[in-house]
Parts: sequence; C-alpha cells; structure tokens
Amino acid sequence: MRLAWWKIASIILLLYAVVGGLLMPVPALSQLGETIRNLYFHVCMWFAMMILFTVSIVHSIKYLRNSDFRHDIKARSYAEVGTFMGILGYITGGIWASFTWADPNNPAYASFGSIMREPKLIGAAMALLIYGAYFILRSSIKDMDQRARVSAVYNVFAYTMLFPSIWIIPRLLPSLHPGQEGNPALNFNDIDARMRIVFYPAVLGWTLLGAWIATIKIRIELIREKNILSNEK
Amino acid sequence: MHPYKQYKALVKKEILLELRQQHALYGIMLYIASTIFVLYLTLGDAEAETWNALFWVTQLFICINAVAKSFLQEAKGRMLYHFSITGPTTFILAKITYNIVLMILMNLINLLLYTAFLGNPTSSYITFMGISLLGSVGLSLVFTMLAAIASKAMQQASLMAILGFPIIIPQLLLLVRLSKTAFSEIFKGGVPMQMVMLLSALDISVVLLAVILYPFLWKD
Repeated sequence: MRLAWWKIASIILLLYAVVGGLLMPVPALSQLGETIRNLYFHVCMWFAMMILFTVSIVHSIKYLRNSDFRHDIKARSYAEVGTFMGILGYITGGIWASFTWADPNNPAYASFGSIMREPKLIGAAMALLIYGAYFILRSSIKDMDQRARVSAVYNVFAYTMLFPSIWIIPRLLPSLHPGQEGNPALNFNDIDARMRIVFYPAVLGWTLLGAWIATIKIRIELIREKNILSNEK
Repeated sequence: MHPYKQYKALVKKEILLELRQQHALYGIMLYIASTIFVLYLTLGDAEAETWNALFWVTQLFICINAVAKSFLQEAKGRMLYHFSITGPTTFILAKITYNIVLMILMNLINLLLYTAFLGNPTSSYITFMGISLLGSVGLSLVFTMLAAIASKAMQQASLMAILGFPIIIPQLLLLVRLSKTAFSEIFKGGVPMQMVMLLSALDISVVLLAVILYPFLWKD
C-alpha cells in the first residue's frame, strides 16, 4: 500500500506530537502540573474541527456552483469528522477541567454544574449543535438533489453565523477559560517557546489525520453511490 | 416589470394577504397575550433581570411563530406562480421587508403588554424600545432565511427551532446584554455603541447571505 505524502506526514507529526508531547520539557506551573501537555491534544482538536468545518463549507460552495454530487458527499463527510473532532475536544477538555477547575472538596456534580456554565464551552456547544441541526436537516429531506442544495445553503449560512458565537461572544462574557483577550492559542506570546515546537506540528498532524478519516469516508460513499454518480455523466 | 416595482407589489401583496386572512395575525396577537398573561399569573411583578430575560425569550418565540408561516403558508402552486413572474432576489427582499414590518408591530404589542402586566423596571424606556426594535429586525431577518430553508424539508415547524436556536443564541445574548444599558447598568464608554454596530453588521451580513443564497433554494 502506498501512502500519499501528507498521510506519511500525518503519521510522523503525530508520532512526534505524542512522544515529544509526553517527554519533552514543559514549563513547570503549579496550577497545571503535567496536564499542561494536554495542550497538544485538547487545543489541536478544536483547531482541527474549525479547519475541517471550513473545508466542508468550501465544498458546499463548490456544490452550489456546479451541482456536482461528489461535492455534497465531501461537504457532509468533512462536517461529520469535524463534529467528531469537536466531541474529542470536549472529552480532552473534560480531562483538563477535572484537574484545573474541579474542586475536590465539592461533590463532582457541583463542579460539573459550574463548568458547564462556562461561556466558551457554550460557544463550542453551539458549533456542535449547528452541525447537529445540519445532519437533522439532511435526514428530513427525501429528494437527493434538494437535500444536497438545501443543506449546502444551510451550511454556508450557519457557518457564517457561527463566527459570532465562537469568536465574539466569549469575549463579552467573563470566563475562566484561557485566552480571554485575543484569539485563544493564536497569540504568539501565549505559549512557551518549548511548547510551540510541539504544538504547531501537533495541530497540523491532527488536522491531517481528520482529513485522512474524511477521505476514507468519502471513498466509501462514492463507491456506495456509484450508480447515481455514473448516471449523472 | 422593473424589479423595484415588483418588489413593491410583492410587499403590498403580503400585507393585503395578511389583512384579508386576519386569523393568522390575530392568532399571533392572541399568542402574545396568552403568553404574557401566563407569565403575569405565575410571576407577578418581575425584577429587572428576569423581566429582561423573559422579554427576549418571548420575543424569540413570537418571531418563530410570526415569521415561520411566511414560507410555510405558500402552497406549491403559488410558489410556481411567483417563480414565473419574479426573480428570487426581489422575492426574498420583499419577504424580508414584510417580516420586519410584522415583527416590529408584534414587538410593540409585546412591549406594551409587558409594561401593562409585568411592570416597567427600565430606567430608560425609549432606549429599551430602540434596542428591542433593533433586536426584532435581527430576529426576523435570521428567521426569514431559516423559514425559507425549513420550508423545503419535512416537519417544518419543529425543524425551524432546531435550525434556528443555535444560530440565534449569540445574537440574543448580545441583545440581552445590550438591553442592560436601559436598566441603568454602567458600561465601559463606547461598549454599547460597539454592540449596536456589531448587531447592525450581523443584520447586514444576513441580508447579503439571503440575497446570495436564496436563488439556490428558489429553483425546484
């Protein structure tokens, strides 16, 4: 089996991110301890999610331009993997929050309640809900062409409206989550230089892995819909 | 016919239709009245914070009810007729205009009944009214577009809520926060103006998106 260069790059980058992420030196902060290494996983998931959603919307626009059914399949697959990455982002975030935010003196549900009220978490939940709605919309339209067209329109519309919820709203509300001023994790000074050399490759690696999963899903779908696609030509 | 004339004729048609089929209009008014009556019976005089939050939630539900039917009531045959006489851009702009007018009217009724039943905790009624008008324009814009999308699917009414809520929440949060200026909460200088600009920018982008995207929903 021959792998494309970017798939090999993904494997190498992720190996580096996992091994380097767990072994290489990190700043010692009493508040975070060794959980600081979660940065290479948690933050990367959200990056991968946003990038995959962006790829999805690009395919939706392409579908609207030329009504090629393949683009619809691609838009859906990227959105699915993006949602999956978002869920992983929640899980890794939960691991982090249980160390940094949860108060061991309180019962778990009390900490859970206050963590769930975090504006940044709600903003991220909005993003996932929007894509949940996107899948529900898809399943509620029978006609294939119409499904592709209407869901592409919703994808473009929702993605544009998503920006205020992720980038603007959390800044208006007080929050415990890091990255209060400016774009979280994009600010060059936020991250220690020792971590940056692992962090950026990790972002790239996870995104490429997401793209890899999506391409496999697309290939399966294309085989499944072969009859329709060949009739189109 | 010139697009502008078409646009005027379409808006006029919507208004005429509403005035002739009065049951829909009275239906929404009754909806507002009964909601507020229930709120009054369960709450009595509300505190400023609660009043503000409830007002916007009511506003949201009114908007869903008022705007949803703008596309749902269009029968297949009538859409075909529209298709043959006008363009998608004119059509969606006419719908938007009409829904804004409708929502502003409903907003004023809502506000009036709120003050009558739940008291008036605002320190500047005019400011609050202005903010609520800005908000109702934004809500009706977003939901017009969503109604257009949902009208293509099954179970349209419930789908509207599923599609709409995650999208509208940021805007609603901004509005709730902005309306606190009308409750004598002190803001950092220029912040309320910034929020107004942000909301207006959102409104403009929704109109632009509607004009760009509606043509794709239009052809069946």
